[in-house]
Amino acid sequence: MSAPNYLREAPRRYRLEGARCKGCGAIHFPPKAICDRCGGRDLESEGLSGEGELVAYTIIRHPPKGFEDQAPYVIGIVQLKEGVRILSQIVDCDPTELREGMRLKVAIRRIKNDGGFIEYGYKFRPA
Amino acid sequence: MRRIAIIGIGCTKVGEHWDKALRDLAVEASLRAMEDVGLYDVDYVLVGNMMSGYLQNQEHLGALVADSLGLQGAGAAKIEAACASGGMAVHMGCQLIASGAADSVLVVGVEKMTDATTQEATKALAMAEDQEYSAYTGTSFVGLNALVARAYMRAYGVGHEDIARFPVICHKHALDNEFAQFRFPITVEAVMSSPIVADPLHLLECAGIGDGAAAVLLAPLEDARKIIDAPVEVLASTVSIDKFSLHQRDDLTSFKATRASAEAAFKKAGLGAEDIDVLEVHDAFSVLGLIALEDLGFAERGKAAELVKEGGIEIGGKIPTNTFGGLKARGHPVGATGVYQIVELVRQLRGEAGKNQVEGAERGYAQNIGGVGTTITAHILGRVD
Ligand SMILES: [Zn+2]
Repeated sequence: MSAPNYLREAPRRYRLEGARCKGCGAIHFPPKAICDRCGGRDLESEGLSGEGELVAYTIIRHPPKGFEDQAPYVIGIVQLKEGVRILSQIVDCDPTELREGMRLKVAIRRIKNDGGFIEYGYKFRPA
Repeated sequence: MRRIAIIGIGCTKVGEHWDKALRDLAVEASLRAMEDVGLYDVDYVLVGNMMSGYLQNQEHLGALVADSLGLQGAGAAKIEAACASGGMAVHMGCQLIASGAADSVLVVGVEKMTDATTQEATKALAMAEDQEYSAYTGTSFVGLNALVARAYMRAYGVGHEDIARFPVICHKHALDNEFAQFRFPITVEAVMSSPIVADPLHLLECAGIGDGAAAVLLAPLEDARKIIDAPVEVLASTVSIDKFSLHQRDDLTSFKATRASAEAAFKKAGLGAEDIDVLEVHDAFSVLGLIALEDLGFAERGKAAELVKEGGIEIGGKIPTNTFGGLKARGHPVGATGVYQIVELVRQLRGEAGKNQVEGAERGYAQNIGGVGTTITAHILGRVD
């Protein structure tokens, strides 16, 4: 990831900054310009709770380039209490103890270090 | 709108073509399609391809392939829609013919993946996903489909062995396909004991990495009848997209874009699932084959494994599916896959499928997926008498 891209994404990476549609109340992450539930174009920034539950998970054993040193690791879909779903690594857990429906909480962790600057961002861990 | 015909087909074997460059593969398949009908000049060349920019550092592929075929003067472009690049290129070719913008279109799908390391190919495949919110996490493309597999098994109480039967049948169908990459039989036990790539998906239920190219020549039906005796008509060509990322969707066990593209295609053709004699589905991962059978109306939700178990998708069964091996066994050179599907359906409808022939096949359906259910194309082909 380039430095400008990393800086641009920082509010989402560190604060889970999403968007709320003023028309229908739908929450979007990442933020969108147009609400795909009602078509509204009036959305405002909204920080998300970082609390949710596990919808589905997998263990990556053959990682893409750049993640070799972390494998195996867990990837899961997390449904936040606001209703929005996020894809994330699930950390600080024994993969055999993961269960759909278990409660999770956001954690800021190192995402990747591919030789340039070290990227940080959200991961989730058992609550 | 004009009616559309497929007048020529050709493809290379899928495999590890270390001695051939990307353009060589595209030219080989294109020449076969041209030789098939004796037509060497076209108005347009559309190249279905996903990874040439990353894996070959080569873009501007439309012109490169057209020039390699000596077709200076033609229009040309690369069409990219991840793993649906091939289906999308055929779809765009159909638009050119139907609208009257072109009278002859060569569509060639091509991908060359085996020069890259597995990690590079894995990264290239993950480029189908949102780089900032999916690939960013370190998920592989297999990993996202593994989430689908897990959710599907949980939702319907389907056992993994029942899902694993799909690739077993694909391998069986590939035995007599000279163009297939993996021409050997496998068993459910072999699938289940092969290494896990991303839980719960095993190696033998994931499409592999391969090189290959497939091509079709399109023309208006009225012209086609003057050129060849038995053209195959494109009765419908549609595309639909869903919410971009899997995790944004409420239901992980069904693809809305399959249902929407199918509904539009069946409506356009005036047909239903019961009218289809031979089917090509995008089985990049075992579970996707089952979900496609359900989304297309060949089985009820959660019941496709039963159809597979009772032989329903085998040649001679209720709905013969992936009769040349599908993505799993014919091979999945990504941008070429959607075009291979069309070539294989044409072979069936012409009665040229040899030992894989579905007797009396009159109509075929092809489903091609880009991303995890994000972009889905539908083609219904029919024999013209
Ligand atoms: Zn809204």
